[in-house]
Amino acid sequence: MSSEVLLEVEAITAFYGDFQALFGLSFQVRTAEVVALLGGNGAGKTTCLRVISGLLRPKSGRVRFLGQDITGLSPAEIVDLGIAHVPEGRQLFPEMSVEENLWLGSYLPRARKRRRENVARMFALFPRLAERRRQVAGTLSGGEQQMVAIARGMMSEPKLLLLDEPSLGLSPKLTEQTLAAVRELSKVVTVLIVEQKVMEGLEIADRGYVIENGKLVTEGAAAVLVADKGIREAYLGL
Amino acid sequence: MAALQAILNGILVGGIYALIAMGMALVFGVMRLVNFAHGAFLMVGMYVAYFGYTLFHINPYWGCALVGAALFMMGMAVYWLLIRRVMGQSDFLQILLTEGIALCLVGAAQLLFTGDYRSISLPLADKTANLGPLNFNVAYGVSFVIAVLGVTSMYLYMKYTEMGRAIRGVAQNPGVAPLMGIRVRWISGISFAFGVACAGGAGALLLPVFYVNPTIGSPYNLKSFVIVVLGGMGSVEGAALGGLILGVTEGLTAYYWSDSYTQVVDFVLFLAVLLLRPQGLFGKKAP
Repeated sequence: MSSEVLLEVEAITAFYGDFQALFGLSFQVRTAEVVALLGGNGAGKTTCLRVISGLLRPKSGRVRFLGQDITGLSPAEIVDLGIAHVPEGRQLFPEMSVEENLWLGSYLPRARKRRRENVARMFALFPRLAERRRQVAGTLSGGEQQMVAIARGMMSEPKLLLLDEPSLGLSPKLTEQTLAAVRELSKVVTVLIVEQKVMEGLEIADRGYVIENGKLVTEGAAAVLVADKGIREAYLGL
Repeated sequence: MAALQAILNGILVGGIYALIAMGMALVFGVMRLVNFAHGAFLMVGMYVAYFGYTLFHINPYWGCALVGAALFMMGMAVYWLLIRRVMGQSDFLQILLTEGIALCLVGAAQLLFTGDYRSISLPLADKTANLGPLNFNVAYGVSFVIAVLGVTSMYLYMKYTEMGRAIRGVAQNPGVAPLMGIRVRWISGISFAFGVACAGGAGALLLPVFYVNPTIGSPYNLKSFVIVVLGGMGSVEGAALGGLILGVTEGLTAYYWSDSYTQVVDFVLFLAVLLLRPQGLFGKKAP
């Protein structure tokens, strides 16, 4: 399972204005893994993804991707290197069709070349989107919008897919479907997933990191975390 | 029949309004910036076309593409030197900056060209053509056709090209656009330059039928506001239709009332839309 280190986050601190969101957070993602970032509301999970994809510049610390220091690069440069960020709350282009959303996902010249094949691949994974290809994204249901968001992320042909709360606001059935799709995708891409539904998140993950107040609390194999009494009490209410 | 004639006149001038307002709508839609210098750029476009004609005998009809290109470059420069610095800042700063740019452009024009009214006389401008029982000035007709071509090509560009899609993407969701690899600042600069180019190109089209002086931009600036609000803030298609509507409204006002009341009607329309349908005639519900 553990091969080369794909992403290395090293002692990151980050602020929103005066508010410190991350306190020296470190973790790693290896190629072909599914890693889950877990923790309560405001723990710093989303901030962490924003730092990795370049939307937020960390105050200190380093992010390395494939051995290269990517701290401080622009989001556009980071996508081009192979990190796709599917943000919390879908964040589609609401007045564009499903198809146009996917096309914009492959805006980079590198990804434009295989746009047709990749759209077909995403439609095969999410047949529902193929039926609605011409529908305006803003009029889709929450579950369908999430599919578009994930598919749009995959259109940039990433090596690492960052997923922020893909199950947010979805019914249990849709959550299950969405995570099944993520599991399918994880055969071809490394995944770093932030999930509030801890149990479901750990179910598809190989390893997990638990964050609280911007600091790492514990880490381990998903199977171990699921069995951990402290975690079960804190996050699962068991 | 006379009313139909008024409507035709309105449509002809409305086509040019559409082109002007489309530029303002684009800038507002992508950058959330109200460009108070839009009319001043139109004035610059008129002067460029004027001197292009008087000094180099460049006909403003095919010269409007050159004027558009020149103003595109100018828009790019103004973006990088000035506008860029107020992006993401308060509306107040943005208004001050664009109004300041307008004052500088108008002042510079006054200094360089004096406040004289200048106009060119194309042979076309004396000709009248018939459309059934109606007739129209040929110069207006040609300007209208070119303006509609400009509006249409702009629309197609936005709809079908990679860059157009990126521009719409930034307008619809600026927060997520960078994650697609879109460089938002670059797209903002291009959009601003396109907006300025629309104003400048429209200025060239106005020259055969209208005079130019340094303050000529101001009424067009106001008309653009009205049209952009009419069409739904930031909607490029809405602005195109809004331009035609405003043109026809003005045509009818001039016919039934008086030419000098057209601006009054512009503003009554403006207030009515803001009061009754703030999302614009073609806009979706306000977000």
